[in-house]
Amino acid sequence: MKNDTTVLEEPFRKRPDLPDYELVNLTINGQSFKLKLQPWVSLLDAIREYAGLTGTKKGCDHGQCGACTVLINGKRINSCLTLAVMKDGEAITTIEGLSDGTSNHPLQDAFVEHDAFQCGYCTPGQICSAVGLINEGRANSLEDVQELMSGNICRCGAYNNINAAIMEVKSKMA
Amino acid sequence: MNSFSYNKAYDVAEAVADIQEHEQGKFIAGGTNLLDLMKENVMKPDHLTDINRLDLADITENEDGGLRLGALVTNADTAWNVLVEQRYPLLSKAILAGASPQLRNMATNGGNLFQRTRCYYFYDTTTACNKREPGSGCSAINGINRIHAILGTSMQCIATHPSDMCVALAALDAKVNISGPNGDRTLEFADLHRLPGNTPHLDTNIAQGELVTSIDLPPGNFTKNTFYLKVRDRQSYAFALVSVAAALDMDGDVIRDIRVAMGGVAHKPWRRRDVEQSYIGKVASTENFRELAETMLTGAVGFGGNTFKIALAKKAIVRALNEALKTGENL
Ligand SMILES: Cc1cc2nc3c(=O)[nH]c(=O)nc-3n(C[C@H](O)[C@H](O)[C@H](O)COP(=O)(O)OP(=O)(O)OC[C@H]3O[C@@H](n4cnc5c(N)ncnc54)[C@H](O)[C@@H]3O)c2cc1C
Ligand code: SF4
Ligand code: FES
Ligand code: FES
Repeated sequence: MKNDTTVLEEPFRKRPDLPDYELVNLTINGQSFKLKLQPWVSLLDAIREYAGLTGTKKGCDHGQCGACTVLINGKRINSCLTLAVMKDGEAITTIEGLSDGTSNHPLQDAFVEHDAFQCGYCTPGQICSAVGLINEGRANSLEDVQELMSGNICRCGAYNNINAAIMEVKSKMA
Repeated sequence: MNSFSYNKAYDVAEAVADIQEHEQGKFIAGGTNLLDLMKENVMKPDHLTDINRLDLADITENEDGGLRLGALVTNADTAWNVLVEQRYPLLSKAILAGASPQLRNMATNGGNLFQRTRCYYFYDTTTACNKREPGSGCSAINGINRIHAILGTSMQCIATHPSDMCVALAALDAKVNISGPNGDRTLEFADLHRLPGNTPHLDTNIAQGELVTSIDLPPGNFTKNTFYLKVRDRQSYAFALVSVAAALDMDGDVIRDIRVAMGGVAHKPWRRRDVEQSYIGKVASTENFRELAETMLTGAVGFGGNTFKIALAKKAIVRALNEALKTGENL
């Protein structure tokens, strides 16, 4: 984990016509960011366009697809439906933060092994969501996994393999 | 999205005072409904008062044996709270039938009450909609209305309230605690949401700037025989076409008390206390349930696309009550 603080004074999507910047402190994957942004910037846009971490994807921008799923204190949320200013001071984990730098998170390996993606666009959200699901400890069967992964849409329809990957990691952990 | 000013409040008084300073101010909790509508330019607040730092994120026991659900407890933490699961399984099941795990981790109990209709025209600012723009007309009455209301409608608006949680709260006779510029008050759940009438732009009886602090659940005997049935176009992560919260308190095969609330059929969760009352003391049989369902749908009117909901709602009531009976057998 890195501890240096990245200060981003000039976000590249700055709107000079609009005043009222807020200074927002976010810890993303252990690294602290000070972002100067306007209150209407979503957490998703802050992560992608201000902090430059583009692993997290924007699908619908309306809470309907799960592509933007990140973890806050281990809990999965849709980063498109919250504002960056509301998350000031919070610790966020994105897909980039799951690996420890040398080896993959077990879910990442399982997704590769089970061919759990085709185009890959939904994958960062699927994996972050699956980490959240395992943290919750409420999924005890394939049916439970299906229901509790329903917040992540896969347009390619890789669901069977996604579920198989998650089931495998769950069984290894049990 | 329009531009707006933003402020974090740290206690209830500060939140209530902060919003008073802005005519079009809105509280923001989870943000899952408000930001969605702001991105569509359906809601355009000039100020957001962030209430997430208020001390309203606990579930506590009331002296009467009931539970108090803080307005800022998330839907997920409420549904998976041990006391809620044990004493109010109906509420737990209804919440878990809604939205997705990610959204339930964000959505709060307070925000859920005030989520707005999913009427397609309400979301589409290029169309007429009395709820969004009073006096502009209702595009749904003669338009596409598959998801719309069949009970309590007016010629001004046929929208439904989309919440699952609220259907269970209506069945359980919850109470809503409110703080506002003129002090505190408590509303019966049945008086929170309203029918559209001639003022469909008003969803509830809460005034601008009033803050819900908590929801009280009364102690009760609806722990064993309860069922939440949600009928929808896909099996998960979809709003209800029709939903039924059914609860029975049984004495052998005789009904000691009964609750039936419907979602997806009206501008508010739909209950008929008079009909419920008339089944107390009767035998819990499919025949009686059918008769009850028939009476509950008295006055239902379809608008073409949603007419199927009348028959669907009747069958859903019978099935939910039968499932509620069965649930008890397994315990
Ligand atoms: C894709 C999608 C699918 C969904 N599916 C379902 C579903 O199947 N079933 C279902 O029931 N719901 C569903 N929802 C809706 C979801 O449950 C609501 O958006 C959520 O409950 C709103 O809570 P929030 O805290 O995010 O509210 P916010 O968006 O923060 O606020 C909503 C409104 O409530 C007001 N408000 C918030 N807190 C308070 C308070 N304490 N006092 C006074 N006013 C307050 C705000 O000012 C705002 O007007 C879905 C949402 C999405 C995006
Ligand atoms: S049903 Fe209500 S919300 Fe929908 S278009 Fe008509 S007035 Fe608007
Ligand atoms: S981009 Fe957030 S849910 Fe689709
Ligand atoms: S892999 Fe293409 S959307 Fe899921």
